[in-house]
Amino acid sequence: MSDKVNLTVDGTAVSVAPGTTILQACEEAGAEIPRFCYHERLSVAGNCRMCLVEVEKAPKPVASCAMPVAPDMVVSTKSDSVKAAREGVMEFLLINHPLDCPICDQGGECDLQDQALGFGGDASRFADNKRAVENKHMGPLVSTIMTRCIHCTRCVRFAQEVAGVPEIGAIGRGEDMEITTYLEASLDSELSGNVIDLCPVGALTSRPYAFTARPWELKKTETIDVMDAVGSNIRVDMRGREAMRIMPRNHDDVNEEWLSDKSRFVWDGLNTQRLDRPYVRDGQNLAPASWEEAFAHIAEKLNGKGAKAAAIAGDLVCGEGQFALKALMDKLESPHVDCRQDGAKLSGPRGNYIFNTSIAGIEEADALLLIGTNPRLEAPVLNARIRKRYLMGNFPIATLGAPAELTYEADNIGAGPDTLADVLAGKHGFSDVLAKAERPMIILGQGALTRADGDAVLAAAIALAEKSGAISDTWNGFNVLHTAAARVAGLDLGLLPGEGGLDVAGIQQAAQSGEVETVILYGADEIAGASLGDAFVIYIGSHGDRGAHRADVILPAAAYTEKQAIYVNTEGRPQMTEPAATPPGEAREDWKIFRALSEVLGLTLPFDNLADLRSAMFEVAPHFAQLDGLSESAAPQAAAKDMAAAKMSREAFAYSVNDFYFTNPIARASATMADCAKAKQQRDGETEGTGTHG
Amino acid sequence: MSVRRLHADQPDSFAFSDENASWASGQIAKFPEGRQASAIIALLWQAQKQEGWLSEPAIRTIADMLDMPHIRAMEVATFYTMFNLSPVGEHFVQLCGTTPCWLRGADDLKSVCRNVIGEPGDITEDGKLSWLEVECLGACVNAPMVQINDDFYEDLTAASLEQLLQDLRDGKTVATGPQNSRHGSEPEGGLTVLKGEQ
Repeated sequence: MSDKVNLTVDGTAVSVAPGTTILQACEEAGAEIPRFCYHERLSVAGNCRMCLVEVEKAPKPVASCAMPVAPDMVVSTKSDSVKAAREGVMEFLLINHPLDCPICDQGGECDLQDQALGFGGDASRFADNKRAVENKHMGPLVSTIMTRCIHCTRCVRFAQEVAGVPEIGAIGRGEDMEITTYLEASLDSELSGNVIDLCPVGALTSRPYAFTARPWELKKTETIDVMDAVGSNIRVDMRGREAMRIMPRNHDDVNEEWLSDKSRFVWDGLNTQRLDRPYVRDGQNLAPASWEEAFAHIAEKLNGKGAKAAAIAGDLVCGEGQFALKALMDKLESPHVDCRQDGAKLSGPRGNYIFNTSIAGIEEADALLLIGTNPRLEAPVLNARIRKRYLMGNFPIATLGAPAELTYEADNIGAGPDTLADVLAGKHGFSDVLAKAERPMIILGQGALTRADGDAVLAAAIALAEKSGAISDTWNGFNVLHTAAARVAGLDLGLLPGEGGLDVAGIQQAAQSGEVETVILYGADEIAGASLGDAFVIYIGSHGDRGAHRADVILPAAAYTEKQAIYVNTEGRPQMTEPAATPPGEAREDWKIFRALSEVLGLTLPFDNLADLRSAMFEVAPHFAQLDGLSESAAPQAAAKDMAAAKMSREAFAYSVNDFYFTNPIARASATMADCAKAKQQRDGETEGTGTHG
Repeated sequence: MSVRRLHADQPDSFAFSDENASWASGQIAKFPEGRQASAIIALLWQAQKQEGWLSEPAIRTIADMLDMPHIRAMEVATFYTMFNLSPVGEHFVQLCGTTPCWLRGADDLKSVCRNVIGEPGDITEDGKLSWLEVECLGACVNAPMVQINDDFYEDLTAASLEQLLQDLRDGKTVATGPQNSRHGSEPEGGLTVLKGEQ
């Protein structure tokens, strides 16, 4: 079967694998085929008929998207009959499509508009009334103008196949066919925004973006998302200083071309609750201050007491900022640094804390155990990849933790470490499944690591991976799924307690007892303010959230769309963001703040620009220099002291993400995310008792 | 054909009668494991026979029985016009309006229905009658015709249809098939050819 099939497209000979469709072969030969229903990541529907081509000896034009190639086919994509066929199809499509391009949000980036330019007639011959269709409710993210729908069914196939929530369908038939969800319920998916991109016309458009901008007036910046640890490739569209929307970019190894709803619709959070100038606490209130005043205030508190300072790095911060923070803390001679604000027990060789298999590698696995993780909420795009693998068949999946509503069939084999110990000891049915699998995968979630016995759980999971043959020369099936975009970079750069240093819990205790007098919260917003006692708190970050509320001094920093910075995703893939805008007001890029502060404290950091900082950073973490690359990592290794499974408590695993729409300060500042959470609440209320929550 | 919607007033729940439930499990058992959804049309039809029409709870219940997404069952129920999405009268008249019947006077039959019953889809106050115009029912040779519940009534005139509706309303037994002197689809007034040797 490996033999290639030879055919001719417009006189060009091409040779493709058997089973390839004519459309794909035509693309191979460089011929462009117009299409609406065909999408390379969805199943073939063959219902729009726009991709008609002429095949020699075929009695009539064939739909190239649905027809596999045959040897010695002679395909013509430019003949008169093909042109006539396409014009005919286009005329039919336009019969019921309204002429409302001037008020349509898809205008300017509409497949139908573009292809009508190429294949449409100059005037309509249709004199009757056009069809009108009632708009359907699909939730707070997707706006529908169903009269524009051309029934390509891409959204139906996406919901069924990729999102795994078969909730969209086509009711009625013929001219009266309508796309809707069951009883117009809002879509119960974390990937629902992708139907907006898939829709080739303006039937499904972005509700928050509605009527705000035209594509040609937006400045487009290609960057990286930080709402979860997947590192989805995105494009931020700005008009002036304001973020107007966020779109996915294709990256086959990371997000394909999907994007989670939180990443896509969070942009209004970038424009609100921003810290645009320094503040200094004056009694109960935070008073606006200049940078000099703020720095002077800090210097007064810190001078000579550097060793009594501690620093915690948050979830959304960049590699450069964390590196500068670590350098500053070294200068202050304080070992109290931690980047794990959730308290996850992660450290040790790199293989212990990254997603070793890689996201694309999921497709090669043949068994999966999820420990204390609900990937649907923690990394929706990665979850779609698991579903993709699941749909290929022969992929047993088991979960450890509370039963969760995943988008694939998974066997909930237990709630806590007891079952994990059983699986490890070979006393559980799933041990055999893992042992028999050639490339088994284990995914460990933050919910299993942030516990007091996180060390022991990590050790048990690594032991299980080793025992079931998940770690070999050719395959590494041990994976940690992070939820924070900043975390892997922080661990790579060693933002961990030094000798005699305190971790996050220790810092909080010491702050209460007065042993630690100053706490630097670098974008760390998940720490309860009261837990820091009377310590002097410096908050460096972009949004006025929990951290800023507790702070004594606020230093405004850049958000992820406003700096060029390296983030390392859960796989350990370094990717660089590009600034779509400058930070608001007096806010500055993170590393500059640490550099300036160090100078005021008389401990000047040895880098004056980003290039100097990066070369220093690459010395600590050389793999950061290989942007978008996955470097070899040391194999996971459990510390011997944690190996006794008995050290695990019996408590069931909890999940780290319960409020999908409110996991970080930017999402909490977004009104759209609040709407989504409300819609989700309503939906869960209606189906009380039939599903799990969160 | 027009846009078909679920009825505005929906019952709270739906359940098959015991007899129908066991019939349904027999239908489901006909299909191999994992292909239960194939029984959807049979089950929807049985639900319609039981209730007279398909309610939203019925569609949802059947989807759950077959382990398929609700929207997929809804697609099937809205696709086929044989499924009534609104309640119908005890005697549900489906009046053929396609060309042969129309040429033979279907319009007259329609005005009878309008006078006696009301607009298409309306149910008479006593709940006995309702009607709809449908596409060809395949009895053109006996045009014009209507189907009432499971039976065809053919070779109708305005008068004979009016009488038929009255009889049904009164609960009288009525004859199915041609409503004039014809036997089956033989010529009116007896055979004209093949009468034997002459």
